[in-house]
Amino acid sequence: METFNKIAVPVSALILFVVLWELIVWANGWPDYVMAAPSDLPAAYIRFWELFLVGGWQTLWRTVAGLGLAVVFGLLLGMIMGFSRIARDALYPLLVGFNAIPKATLVPVLALLFIGQHNFNTVLMAFLISFFPIAVSVGIGLSTLEPEYRDILRSLGASRFTIFRKIALPKTLPEFFGALKVSVTLAFIGTNLVEIVSPHGKGLGALFLSGQTNSNYPLMFAVLIALAVLGIVLYYGVVFLEKIFAGWAERQST
Amino acid sequence: MSNLIAIKGVRHAYSTDAGPLPVLDGLDLTVPEGEFCAVVGPSGCGKSTLTRLVAGLMKPDAGEVWLEGKRVTTPRKTVGMAFQNPVLLEWRSILDNVILPLEIVDPSMSRAKRVARAEELLAMVGLEGFEDKRPSELSGGMRQRASLCRAIVHRPSVLIMDEPFGALDNFTREDLWQTMRDLRAVENFTCVLITHDLRESVFLGDQVVVLSGRPARTQYILDVDLPHDRTIDVLYTQKAADMLHDLRNQIKIAQGRDVEVH
Repeated sequence: METFNKIAVPVSALILFVVLWELIVWANGWPDYVMAAPSDLPAAYIRFWELFLVGGWQTLWRTVAGLGLAVVFGLLLGMIMGFSRIARDALYPLLVGFNAIPKATLVPVLALLFIGQHNFNTVLMAFLISFFPIAVSVGIGLSTLEPEYRDILRSLGASRFTIFRKIALPKTLPEFFGALKVSVTLAFIGTNLVEIVSPHGKGLGALFLSGQTNSNYPLMFAVLIALAVLGIVLYYGVVFLEKIFAGWAERQST
Repeated sequence: MSNLIAIKGVRHAYSTDAGPLPVLDGLDLTVPEGEFCAVVGPSGCGKSTLTRLVAGLMKPDAGEVWLEGKRVTTPRKTVGMAFQNPVLLEWRSILDNVILPLEIVDPSMSRAKRVARAEELLAMVGLEGFEDKRPSELSGGMRQRASLCRAIVHRPSVLIMDEPFGALDNFTREDLWQTMRDLRAVENFTCVLITHDLRESVFLGDQVVVLSGRPARTQYILDVDLPHDRTIDVLYTQKAADMLHDLRNQIKIAQGRDVEVH
């Protein structure tokens, strides 16, 4: 019954959402260039299925690559900030300032820096937009580690690396995954941003743009839905990893 | 070598924004091998600093700390520590929490041997059957029991405890005193216990050291002349009452207050 509910409830919500969407479009008599109805979408998917597959794959791998870079770099930066007060004081304002820059303004900057390197630019943007939450939460997680946790191993003469591996790192994992859930969405936005804004783009973003250029409105909506689905897949991928590596942090409901 | 721990004229100050804050000044302490030394004193008198010095986690500004005939300058594997907060690792089972020090001290020890050693201790403190539980599934007293097991699993020569029973209710605390007594009868370690509880210091200690107010020095040493296999009942004898009274007066002096006159 519980597993049934777990599947049945979200699926019914989804169906309800689609039905409402269809109803609103129908009741207002909107043409598809104002708002396409769900019933307009299958035709778009059938006609352009190959483009959807290729574009979806390009969007997916570049997002994951950017996120992977963000994880490595964010962890490193978080470790530096977590262990050194001086590094924390020095880097924090820089990071906050960088994070405050609207990333859309970086698209032309990157395009000029690395001309024609579309894949590289896209991955780079996904990375730039998504490392901040990881660095901050890992940094805070490490710097707020209670001294007793360190002392149980330090009093045995354990090295800093051993203490990090056995205590600090696992203890920070819940914070890390919390940040990763934010970062995965950000990386996805970063990828699509470059795909849509830069000319001769690839991926689902470029498909969206071509829908706009060709006034194929159902295609634009179909891309949006495909992006939503891809976003859900990525997000739950992170949730799945969290369950494996930090499942202990989940409170048993009693 | 009779004294396992020897602290000679230790002085230490922390640097604060308002200048140096001396916490220890002229602290002397000796604990013979196998003895249980309880340390009491007013709040904030530097008792925790003392544990960190003995564990080699910090160095005193002046004076010497000796352990097993060697000057303490860095942490060493022959020390076990337990704190008021049991600091169990939430992502490990109780068994794996207890095993943790063995992974550091003796990396070559086989998993089976580690498990056997941990299980032996867990059974001794009454945690048989809880090996696979997570720390969050245990009560405060049980967590502290597991924490004690972890502190002595690697057979340290010194066990240093910083108010390990301070956060427990009175009945649980008395249970743990008896657990501690039983562990001592089986395992060989010299013990330093920091506590606020005078009854605890008399029940567990072979000697009770009273520290003066900050900066702390050794103010008074009481030899607890009671048999090792004490029961809680011993605390209700005249002898224990006299000792407790004696200690209470010393604490008053340490706090800078006059001893009450009958």
